[in-house]
Amino acid sequence: MPEGIMGRKIGMTSVYRDGRQIPVTVIEVQPNPVVQVKSTDGPDGYDAVQLGFGTKKEKRTTQPLQGHFAKAGVDPTRVLREFRGMTPREVGTELRVEDVFEEGDNVTVSGISKGRGFAGVMKRHGFGGHKASHGTHESKRGPGSIGAHTWPGRVFPGKRMAGHMGAEKVTVKGLEVIEIITEKNLVLVSGAVPGARNSVVELLKA
Amino acid sequence: MSDLIIQELERRDAPEDMPAFSAGDTILVHQRVVEGSKERIQVFKGVVIALSGHGSRASFTVRKISSGIGVERTFPFNSPSIAKIEVEKEGRVRRAKLYYLRERTGKAARIREKGDGKSKKATA
Repeated sequence: MPEGIMGRKIGMTSVYRDGRQIPVTVIEVQPNPVVQVKSTDGPDGYDAVQLGFGTKKEKRTTQPLQGHFAKAGVDPTRVLREFRGMTPREVGTELRVEDVFEEGDNVTVSGISKGRGFAGVMKRHGFGGHKASHGTHESKRGPGSIGAHTWPGRVFPGKRMAGHMGAEKVTVKGLEVIEIITEKNLVLVSGAVPGARNSVVELLKA
Repeated sequence: MSDLIIQELERRDAPEDMPAFSAGDTILVHQRVVEGSKERIQVFKGVVIALSGHGSRASFTVRKISSGIGVERTFPFNSPSIAKIEVEKEGRVRRAKLYYLRERTGKAARIREKGDGKSKKATA
């Protein structure tokens, strides 16, 4: 069963294990309330567990959502997310990191990457750019030629060009849970995870 | 808030009773070396030429002349493989990074000791 939970990215540091320095990302996982459980037999027709994360003022919550939270008996949360196929839990209970993960577990982390705005081809696709000297002008970071001539007479679809970069969902697989600090609700995950500090990340047990 | 959490974590991992030293000091780094199943202590003695980084990523670089060849090693402060650090001499230097020592050998690479003599000639 793909178990999951949500957390807030705190930042990176490094720890030592068996004499090796390991880069880690610190993720704060405040207890996630179970807001809804869907099942194949029910009206939804599929299995999922809906978890909440963060806090939100009651008066900032729309009335339909207020009802939704009231039904579960939990305080309104900033984020609601469904984890499909997760083992059903009782609605209203709080899910903690240690309920889902153990140290040494393989974990998949998803988050919204940092937005880079309208980025050129060098940043966005790793193009090489042009020579800095020898007469280059006005195109040091340009893409170069984007196609042939009269034939085909068009630019092929999918041609890599400048455009919006980042601020999209990115998933990183194969990370390891290095440590869980229960009393502070912190998880240390090996390596880097997508997103800016304080952004919400999803952790899935792989 | 985020930084506070990280700082706290890094403080937790910081080694205890690490003597304070700075660039220019001559120190002995006792390092645990694992050879097969045996563990022994290896000592690296030299001049601290740089302290860099902060938190758990802080490190220091030690330079020594080993059989005529300059050898530099960079150790992370938090490394569990460091058993002990002894400060042998405190050097009086006027900059934080002593990279200029790389271009000098012998007499020119000496460092004045802290607390003695006002003139360079005083220390031989």
